[in-house]
Amino acid sequence: MAATWFGRTERQALLTPIVDNNPIAVQVLGICSALAVTTRMDKALVMGLGVILVTALANFAVSMVRNHTPGSIRIIVQLSIIASLVIVVDQILRATLYELSLELSVYVGLIITNCIVMGRAEGYAMNNPPWPSLLDGIGNGLGYALLLLVVAFAREILGAGKVFGVTILPLAKDGGWYEPNGLMLLAPSALFLVALIIWLLRTLKPSLQEKD
Amino acid sequence: MANKDSVRYTVLFATAVCVVCALLVAVSAVALAPRQEANARQYMQKNVLLAAGLIEPGSDTSDAELRQIFQQRIEVRLVDLAAGQLVPADRIDAAGFDQRRARNDPAQSRAAPANRAGIARVPNYGVVYFVKPKSGSGPVEQVVLAIEGLAMWGTAYGFIALAPDGNTVQGLAFYDQKETPGLGGEISNPKWQALWRGRKAFDEQWQPRLAVIKGSAGPPDSDPHHVDGLSGATITSNAITRLVQFWLSDEGYGRWLKNFRTTNGGQA
Repeated sequence: MAATWFGRTERQALLTPIVDNNPIAVQVLGICSALAVTTRMDKALVMGLGVILVTALANFAVSMVRNHTPGSIRIIVQLSIIASLVIVVDQILRATLYELSLELSVYVGLIITNCIVMGRAEGYAMNNPPWPSLLDGIGNGLGYALLLLVVAFAREILGAGKVFGVTILPLAKDGGWYEPNGLMLLAPSALFLVALIIWLLRTLKPSLQEKD
Repeated sequence: MANKDSVRYTVLFATAVCVVCALLVAVSAVALAPRQEANARQYMQKNVLLAAGLIEPGSDTSDAELRQIFQQRIEVRLVDLAAGQLVPADRIDAAGFDQRRARNDPAQSRAAPANRAGIARVPNYGVVYFVKPKSGSGPVEQVVLAIEGLAMWGTAYGFIALAPDGNTVQGLAFYDQKETPGLGGEISNPKWQALWRGRKAFDEQWQPRLAVIKGSAGPPDSDPHHVDGLSGATITSNAITRLVQFWLSDEGYGRWLKNFRTTNGGQA
């Protein structure tokens, strides 16, 4: 039983999006929010959890109704499901982590437009059963969250000398020795960091490079 | 199953998806509303403390600590705005008073006179928060006023803290605003809010003069009435000027502030 519930397909659906087929670093999707919410690790973590929840449940729900969905309205059906889930995630955030939800502001709502979510719904969940679709959703959400956390780690420690709000490098203005790099707190730094990660991945895995 | 691509089936399917999604959203919104409102209320109280400088922006203050500081240092009272008098504490429960609700209730508010701050109705009673000294007794250290007004994308709600002279600004905070993040949204940035400290709200004739200007203002000593504008957010900057001046004027807290400063912080 265990083999059929968690066989090769399922393992692949869950694990390949984390590194080998990372939605941000390999497919270069969902860049917008990766720039906006990576100034601090706590923001990146909450945003990552939100996206994991939405991609997983959206994939699951879309896959459940995939054989009943009329082809002519399938995109808007997917969008309705995704939008509803995003609103639910936003409501939960406001009930539990109120101040963080204010800082994430529009970006939680913008999960709706995150290409990863719709891409997986249309590209995977429409053609696969609910269980692997759920795993694929979790996997892609994890891949997104992982990259966000890596970028946020670099930005927070170089920009503010902290990790999860805890001072690691004491700042010069507080009597320490570290002079923070202000650029790291601005959006462009995330672009540089994502580009560096893409470069690194492509160097390590030459199979990712396009033949021209 | 009937033909999946027939119009009838498509309409039925779409309706079913909508009903299920609407149910999901409605249930989550209704079930979580009480906690969200409690959070919003707590955040509002936190901003009273921020405006008064009792807590530092970005500091890790727990919810319990916030409640304790609020209870210890803040006395919530109501002001009859038209009469300029404090409402006796035993007449209305000031701590439970909801100014936003009162302003929308015709029985508790009146139409605002023509103004440029986008304010349609003014509540009969306005909330004031007296900041008591740490020792517990002695004169009031500051008074925090609730301010609101139409900015670019929606109504901005905040607080302004004044010294017992009823003139020197001690701090400013916005706890609910819908301005563009990064542009007008910078009105929530503690660095910008810190620029208000030490400015003077009124001129010699006691007219509200405090304004957000284009470009940068000088230090409070040489340029007491002006605050740096926010680049890329002229409409928001002007809106803040208007709403602050409205609430300092006789239409807002002005009449009461006159009484307040002549008794120099003494409570009625």
